[in-house]
Amino acid sequence: MGEPVKSSDAAADNQAIVSQEIRDIEEGYKAARAAGQPAETQPRVDYPPYRSSILRHPTKSLHHTDPETIELFSPAFGHHDVHALESNLTIQHNGEPQGERMILRGKVLDGNGRPVAGQLVEIWQANAAGRYIHKRDQHPAPIDPNFTGVGRCITGPDGSYEFLTIKPGAYPWKNHLNAWRPAHIHFSLFGTEFTQRIVTQMYFPGDQLFPLDPIYQSIVDQDARDRLVARYNHDFTSPEWALGYEWDIVLTGSKRTWTENEAYGEQGDHE
Amino acid sequence: MSDQHLVPTPGQTVGPFFGYALPFEKGGELVPPGSPNSVTLHGTVYDGKGAPIPDAILEIWQADSNGNVPHQTGSLVRDGYTFTGWGRTPVGNTGKYVFSTVNPGATEPGKAPFFAVAVFARGLMNRLFTRVYLPEDTEALENDALLSSLEPARRKTLMAERLADGSLHWDLRLQGEDETVFLDFHAEG
Repeated sequence: MGEPVKSSDAAADNQAIVSQEIRDIEEGYKAARAAGQPAETQPRVDYPPYRSSILRHPTKSLHHTDPETIELFSPAFGHHDVHALESNLTIQHNGEPQGERMILRGKVLDGNGRPVAGQLVEIWQANAAGRYIHKRDQHPAPIDPNFTGVGRCITGPDGSYEFLTIKPGAYPWKNHLNAWRPAHIHFSLFGTEFTQRIVTQMYFPGDQLFPLDPIYQSIVDQDARDRLVARYNHDFTSPEWALGYEWDIVLTGSKRTWTENEAYGEQGDHE
Repeated sequence: MSDQHLVPTPGQTVGPFFGYALPFEKGGELVPPGSPNSVTLHGTVYDGKGAPIPDAILEIWQADSNGNVPHQTGSLVRDGYTFTGWGRTPVGNTGKYVFSTVNPGATEPGKAPFFAVAVFARGLMNRLFTRVYLPEDTEALENDALLSSLEPARRKTLMAERLADGSLHWDLRLQGEDETVFLDFHAEG
């Protein structure tokens, strides 16, 4: 259309303008699907409704290559790296953090359904009021002196992870006027191969901000978006203590020929 | 062994607030700076207008200097002597990053040594993979499957430059004329 490139972070447009762009892209995707194009399972790196992405995405397509030896292995982490208490985000200070206590549990699997055992999971999040500890966060919601919002754990032999934390709040950002992020928890994950490395965000079921959020919507396929949404699981809820949520993460398929030992997680925890 | 095929979970941007979560002490120091055989890998991350990006974070993963794949844990609590092969560092306010490491060796005879790299940034929807090759073994570089599949101008974006002080210089460009080659390991065919 020959429009000038929008400057990132300008907060120049309102929600109606951004929502229209989101809908136009979604309609385009639906038409492509109807015409037989394959489903898209990852976010688009070129997604103008997220203004900061405009100058930060590659314009050339990713170059397909077969992984070399080093890329077929992953860095190893173990209990030497991460203390067991780091998975409890509610005990990092002297008192109880404010907010809704929650248990978050799930499994890290590879694309073949095998558990990713003995591997590092890192999370970070806003507090219950929607405020990050980060000094860049200027949202005038209260900082909770009893909540930092950073956790780590090492997956069990069955690929399982578990965190005890506080449900994060939604927060405003400057993508456009009146932009709010749905509540989310950032996840950083490693697989058994470097090619499986991902960073993503987990959301909560039924969030009314989903249709308005250009980061969530950068995944144009609804089935793919749904893979980022945790499920409330009453069996994980702890009576008179904390609500339970469940979220499994699937990494890409592995390219390496596996040994039985690796499949059961002996690798990754040599001290 | 399982032959299930599950659809992978989508990635999302690392966002602006990773700074208190992902970086860790000595994250970029795979070996202590100035230790024998240490080498500095350094450069700047740029956006599509050539402006440095102040809120990106890089990870490298590499073989040791003999070409062995490390299997040691301990990256997050550097003990000063265990080589884990993995490092992570955020860029500074001027987009610059620095790793202190060793030259990776060839994992097999005749292979071109490189650092595997993952980059994350605010505004970048999904992590990107790339490689940084050492410039010395020209024969191995000629025979490298990835490099030989690229036009010379594109190939250059994956080559580190060896500076007079022995350090390796490599810039990453997310977009633009000299956009770095980013890799897809999973496309069919």
